[in-house]
Amino acid sequence: MRLALTLLLVACTAAAVHAQGTAPPIERSWLPLARDGVHDPRSPAIGLLQEPREALSGLPADSAGNQVRWVDALRNGSINPRTSLRPEVEVRLLETDIYMDRYGSLPIVRFPHREHTLWLDCSNCHEKLFKSKAGANDISMLRILQGEQCGQCHGAVAFPLTECARCHNTPRTPPKAAGAAR
Amino acid sequence: MRALPQHAAHSTQGGGGGTLTRQWTLAKPAALCASLLAIAALAGACHEARAEYGDVLLNRHSDRGGVRPVVFPHWFHRIRFRCKVCHHELGFEMRAGANDVRMSDIIEGRFCGMCHNGDIAWGAERCDLCHSGRSGLKSGIYGGHQTSGPGRW
Repeated sequence: MRLALTLLLVACTAAAVHAQGTAPPIERSWLPLARDGVHDPRSPAIGLLQEPREALSGLPADSAGNQVRWVDALRNGSINPRTSLRPEVEVRLLETDIYMDRYGSLPIVRFPHREHTLWLDCSNCHEKLFKSKAGANDISMLRILQGEQCGQCHGAVAFPLTECARCHNTPRTPPKAAGAAR
Repeated sequence: MRALPQHAAHSTQGGGGGTLTRQWTLAKPAALCASLLAIAALAGACHEARAEYGDVLLNRHSDRGGVRPVVFPHWFHRIRFRCKVCHHELGFEMRAGANDVRMSDIIEGRFCGMCHNGDIAWGAERCDLCHSGRSGLKSGIYGGHQTSGPGRW
């Protein structure tokens, strides 16, 4: 686990260095279902089921996961998935941001409730995964990497844990240079 | 893939009886060839694991029941429904393996059966459309990255 964490940190550093150059346009490709390793190529469903390329190539590009910026896809209206099946189901949205700065090393994590509640209901995270009180949750990358806490989705269906800077997205104020007080 | 080292060994032996230099010149391409094959084998192994990100394979009962396992593609569903529809309204736990879904549930309108009823989506009689996975695969999330994340079964 510690090795995985170290490798992830190295990857993040490399990605951060790389990101300083101009980002090339993202080239995307999706395997056809018949060659994706989970579908049986002899299944009669092949040819009937929608292919990932057909569904995803028109959506905002990403370099990780499904190669789609899912929140951007919602935002720009390229998809408009249903929020409920039954009209009586209450659809809840929350706009508050939570800032998490536990260790003072990597940039601060800004957790936006808005983007999360566009997809999820409060009960998906509260109170089972997280207590509804900022600072009350003992969040750690080790646990996230093991598929707990944020790692229940990030790493499975939401953007993967290789994308450090998307959560660690808020630089802390740079320390004052020596002599700045003069 | 396994034939390659044998082939490489054979090539090297083909230079038997020659000088050290000659053996080396033969061994070098053979080694290079073997390396390339090893890389190709690794690439092949990666290819095996390249389901679409978030694909879930459900094989708790399928293989035993004599049907192909189910492939559930998150990407396909999230274009049409937000996570909360299945994971809040329909009651699917957010952990692969935590939901023991049986065909009787679906036919009676629970879980997948809330939509897969011939009304919102195809009905349960179109077995092959969901049961389209490769037999023998273990249940879990495929196409994910390399942490021991939610694919833990």
